[in-house]
Amino acid sequence: MSDGPLGEFGPLSLHVPEPAVRHGGEPDFSNVNIPEAGSVRRPEVDVNPEDIRDLAFSIIRVLSRDGEAVGPWAGLLTDDQLIEGLRHMMTLRTFDARMQIAQRQGKTSFYMQHLGEEAVSCAFRKALAPGDMNFPTYRQAGLLIAGDYPMVEMMCQIYSNERDPLKGRQLPIMYSSKEHGFFTISGNLATQYIQAVGWAMASAIKNDTRIAAGWIGDGSTAESDFHASLVFASTYKAPVVLNIVNNQWAISTFQGIARGGSGTFAARGLGFGIPALRVDGNDYLAVYAVAQWAIERARRNLGPTLIEYVTYRVGAHSTSDDPSAYRPKTESDAWPLGDPIMRLKNHLIGQGAWSDERHKQTEAEILDTVIAAQKEAESFGTLHAGGKPSARDMFEGVYEEMPPHLRRQRQQAGV
Amino acid sequence: MPRKTMIEAIRDAMDTMMERDDNVVVFGEDVGFFGGVFRCTQGLQAKYGKTRCFDAPISEAGIVGAAIGMAAYGLRPCIEIQFADYVYPAYDQIVSEAARLRYRSNGGFTCPIVVRMPAGGGIFGGQTHSQSPEALFTHVSGLKVVVPSNPYDAKGLLISAIEDPDPVIFLEPKRLYNGPFDGHHERPVTPWSKHDLGEVPDGHYTVPLGKAIKRREGSQLTILAYGTMVYVAEAAAEEHGIDAEIIDLRTLLPLDLESIVESVNKTGRCVIVHEATMTSGFGAELAALVQQHCFYKLEAPVARVTGWDTPYPHAQEWDYFPGPVRVGRALVETLEG
Repeated sequence: MSDGPLGEFGPLSLHVPEPAVRHGGEPDFSNVNIPEAGSVRRPEVDVNPEDIRDLAFSIIRVLSRDGEAVGPWAGLLTDDQLIEGLRHMMTLRTFDARMQIAQRQGKTSFYMQHLGEEAVSCAFRKALAPGDMNFPTYRQAGLLIAGDYPMVEMMCQIYSNERDPLKGRQLPIMYSSKEHGFFTISGNLATQYIQAVGWAMASAIKNDTRIAAGWIGDGSTAESDFHASLVFASTYKAPVVLNIVNNQWAISTFQGIARGGSGTFAARGLGFGIPALRVDGNDYLAVYAVAQWAIERARRNLGPTLIEYVTYRVGAHSTSDDPSAYRPKTESDAWPLGDPIMRLKNHLIGQGAWSDERHKQTEAEILDTVIAAQKEAESFGTLHAGGKPSARDMFEGVYEEMPPHLRRQRQQAGV
Repeated sequence: MPRKTMIEAIRDAMDTMMERDDNVVVFGEDVGFFGGVFRCTQGLQAKYGKTRCFDAPISEAGIVGAAIGMAAYGLRPCIEIQFADYVYPAYDQIVSEAARLRYRSNGGFTCPIVVRMPAGGGIFGGQTHSQSPEALFTHVSGLKVVVPSNPYDAKGLLISAIEDPDPVIFLEPKRLYNGPFDGHHERPVTPWSKHDLGEVPDGHYTVPLGKAIKRREGSQLTILAYGTMVYVAEAAAEEHGIDAEIIDLRTLLPLDLESIVESVNKTGRCVIVHEATMTSGFGAELAALVQQHCFYKLEAPVARVTGWDTPYPHAQEWDYFPGPVRVGRALVETLEG
């Protein structure tokens, strides 16, 4: 200890935030303030960001507790479009369940599921136009599912088999598809966020009409790349939608460690003059409505928007962790925003456009489709069995043209 | 033929490429309105407009990250990091992203960017304006690393780098910007206007990446050098009356191994000179390759003359810098060895 000016001040102490409850405790979300559905206003897209600062602290919601679509953000999608959205979310959930099991069966090394977060990427994808580009994290496969990217290709990537479009070079689920507006997933965190801003700047430089969408999780907003992204997006008014998926947990670390003293993650945008909205991430209609608003802003050259999706990661972070070691087992049941699939299902039933029976039937159809895709993918091999990318492939594609030292090493490897 | 400083040659390369290709954009700290702290981008914003050449926030990770996104879109950003010493906040973007986009996406996304940065010391820049971090980049699969030593090469190599389909780290030895500095800091440097290598053709030409060049033909030993050290090596050889063959590597990755092996097999002796610190420096790679490929022709141990393994000091700059005296000593020892 130094000989500092004690006395009047007393000794300092370090504040280390803790979640309200840990494993073994009773889940408690009383600190999550949930406004009523339909209660948050919908400003014009050319609103002065200064006039909507309060939206960074609220939650935009469309689906009421009774499953009705209410308020100024409702009414954008037809029942048919919503049924399609429901199918996408159900497909993603089934896909996840099958791949999670496949990992446990040793058919691949690793998997990450979306359980509880399906609405975010599935609904957002439907608000984009062809040619727009996502810079996703590892938990936005809904962008591919809702964009009709072939499931077999996704599975071949997961299995690193002979049909893997990425030739076995990437960890499972780190998909890449330029054609489907899906930037190659890094696996390092937050790097893609500033790249999204750069891509959007390029589109503006070329007087194009396409926009970009960056994706990040609550935990990685602490990375300096996140802050660089906000500076660049704000300075150059880049046509980009900056998405923060706040699923409450960064592996075992609760969101308070990254958020610190600020009220919300959305509030991070305010200091940059970026309009910032918070939305119920488990409400397909609300996600779509807010995404559409932000995408229109970008498309009209009005600049970036920051969106925080308030959601909950029901499953583990990945196949490599067990959440029961760091949070209450029943916490996901207590999550006050419910389940995105159940909520949309109930809404459609209320609309008279859906029924329990159709839901069950659809579940069964989807399961059949996913199983068929899985069988096809597995016919091209799994990580440790059957066809796989050649060792020669390992040396390809480091550069467009293979330099002499790599050619020598390939010869040395005898492949 | 017009003679230019290295600064003018580098500017000329960007000008030439911006003229030819609308997709070439230039940005960095102080790069737009002011034209860069070393004036390498002077006039480009006035000529091409501020969406082709512009100022960036002081965020190296942001500059490189944004450039990667632009490259993924289809542009060819040629960006400036104000000093190589400032590049570290962007290291993740360079190593984990730029260098790997092509590989990890199986060619779906590529990253044709050039990251220019002034490097090296000799200007009393202290530890934050003097470093030579080339080995931090030559260790990374997927990058190309270039260090020009004169205006002609600087322009031709920079054009090649901008046209290259993969990311290129372009380290500009700042002590060479105005003339071929040979390490004799007590003497004025000959300006490029009085040097043959200051002759820079107008318009488009290239110096290929991955090709070294023999700066001096010799028989007694081979000196492997790049950037400023090419002239230090020349001075040392002349002052000791040693008939040295000097190979200016120009590109460190991919390396022109053939030229190195041919020369060392001929002379049987090899001295490696670089300004960066020794341990795990690029000289270590060169020494390993030389012993592997020239072992039976070697008459003496391969020698390395480098900066000491300390941070780059301020007042002790000339004690740190591997000048002609230290290089000369190594040449003599290698000949006697």
